[in-house]
Amino acid sequence: MSEPILSVRDLSVTFDVRPQNAWPWTPSLKLQAVSGLSIDLQPGETLGLVGESGSGKSTLARAIIGTVPVSGGDILYKGQSLMAMGRQERRKHRRDVQMVFQDPLASLNPRMTVGDIIAEPLVTHEPDTPRKDVKSRVGELMERVGLLPNLINRYPHEFSGGQCQRIGIARALILKPKLMICDEPVSALDVSVQAQVVNLLTELQKDMGLSMIFIAHDLSVVKHISDRIVVMYLGRPMEIGPSKAVCRAPTHPYTQALIASVPIPDPKAERARVRPILEGDLPSPLAPPSGCVFRTRCPKVQAVCAGDRPVMDTSGPDQMAACPFHD
Amino acid sequence: MITQTDVKMLEETAHLAQVRGRSLWEDARVRFFRNKAAVAGLFVLIAICAFALFGGLFAKFEPDYVDFSLMGANAYQGVPSLSSGHYFGTDIDGRDLFARTVQGTSISLLVGIVGSLVAVVVGTLYGATAGYVGGRTDGIMMRIVDILMSIPFMFVLILMLVIFGRSILMLFIGIGLISWLNMARIARGQTLTIKNKEFVEAAIATGVSPFTIILRHIIPNLLGIVIVYATLLVPEMIIFESFISYLGLGVQEPNTSLGALINAGASQMTNGTLWMLFYPLGFFLITLFAFFFVGDGLRDALDPKDR
Repeated sequence: MSEPILSVRDLSVTFDVRPQNAWPWTPSLKLQAVSGLSIDLQPGETLGLVGESGSGKSTLARAIIGTVPVSGGDILYKGQSLMAMGRQERRKHRRDVQMVFQDPLASLNPRMTVGDIIAEPLVTHEPDTPRKDVKSRVGELMERVGLLPNLINRYPHEFSGGQCQRIGIARALILKPKLMICDEPVSALDVSVQAQVVNLLTELQKDMGLSMIFIAHDLSVVKHISDRIVVMYLGRPMEIGPSKAVCRAPTHPYTQALIASVPIPDPKAERARVRPILEGDLPSPLAPPSGCVFRTRCPKVQAVCAGDRPVMDTSGPDQMAACPFHD
Repeated sequence: MITQTDVKMLEETAHLAQVRGRSLWEDARVRFFRNKAAVAGLFVLIAICAFALFGGLFAKFEPDYVDFSLMGANAYQGVPSLSSGHYFGTDIDGRDLFARTVQGTSISLLVGIVGSLVAVVVGTLYGATAGYVGGRTDGIMMRIVDILMSIPFMFVLILMLVIFGRSILMLFIGIGLISWLNMARIARGQTLTIKNKEFVEAAIATGVSPFTIILRHIIPNLLGIVIVYATLLVPEMIIFESFISYLGLGVQEPNTSLGALINAGASQMTNGTLWMLFYPLGFFLITLFAFFFVGDGLRDALDPKDR
């Protein structure tokens, strides 16, 4: 295995939350959005990140692109710590790591033309590029992501959701990044359009040799696109493993429940299936349960689960689960 | 054979090759011009500006020319008439009221426009910076605004005019000092909502500098509201200046403003020379109404959700 392009070491991100109607001197509550997460990403690999809402997927993505402060652990990009980076290196990192956002329309400035939006990273990092070159590169890229280049002077509100997402992808790709982070890029789209966008992403990734982190709460999409999957729950990794293995033979009780909740598009099979249904809701990240955070809803819960935090344990070939009672 | 429809289609596709998007600004313009009251207001406003700029060319007298022959005979000889050349009559000192109204309108408009320009430039940049930077900087910057707002400005302005002498420059400075405060608050509030949008995050992630983000992403998106507020601020400033001039502290002789003219006319109300009051008052009201209609039209056009 070569050197990972990105490695996250025991990362935690904590937000301060002001209690309501509090005095100025009362300490803020700590919200643990991500805690104790370690992953490696190889060049050219696609890592899927799944988990329900509030599990810290988006926060992890934002920590990697550097828009939320990291409160513990480290993120290494090509062996260099993000925290220790100077201005120049930081700029390089910003250039190499690009992001595609969840809400296609909200991620585009409504007052700018599509051409200006796509060109923005280029103009920011290579301000000396002649206008003609900028325009031709934007045109090429628009064609590449399946948009007609003569729409260059249009405004975002004149496009459909799928087209807006293509614009967002074009913007992320114009600097030829090494790593692309897709934060639920298809969850706001129609199923048919989802497929188009996912296929576009896989194709682009193959052509450009991108590494990709793909976030979604839809397992079927993630399974289709990723090489490896990380399952997150309440900011902590539950299971990491090759995508096929995790989907076919999940070892962590949470992953098992998650896989079982994926609907089968066949009413008979769907009705015949017995599946463990998770009781209760996601606990508050302000006061996570002690020990294993999943123990409040876990079907296999035992007394020891409340004690120490479970460590990642090998549960199959290349597969790890944070549960001592994994299958 | 090329038929008529083919030609038409070809023309259409040729047009498609250089298709231009319709920006939100263009949409707003279309909506604005569909609003009849606003368009009427705009035309009246243009007419008033033309009156203020070129009305002097039609006046038969200079605004400060005193017709001594009319002294004491105002009520029957200074009556508005086309034949005497005093279209709007004369004022108490025998000066041509038409020329004086032209001058007063232009000074009132100038005060209003300067006041709201200061508000737009200073207020928007200040508010957007405070809102975007946030945290302690935001707190300090906005507390400064609060403190400035809590000072009774009419009092300070009157003091300034008394101490530094009554001049138009002083009046501009005084009006410039207060006009941007509300604008800064509005701009900050808008910035707070805009800066959490994903396109701003995208810009940050790409590495665009904060100043560029404010200029390229924040300000164009709050400009709609700023323009509306600025249009409504112009009449407010005109009223403000008129009040100061009405108190006798604003524009000084031989210059004049609508407020000063109304003041002079009101003091002669009982002498049977009502034209001295009604001509400047009419222009004052028409200007204000026109601005309000245009402002309303702009608000409807730029913010279609709030209708």
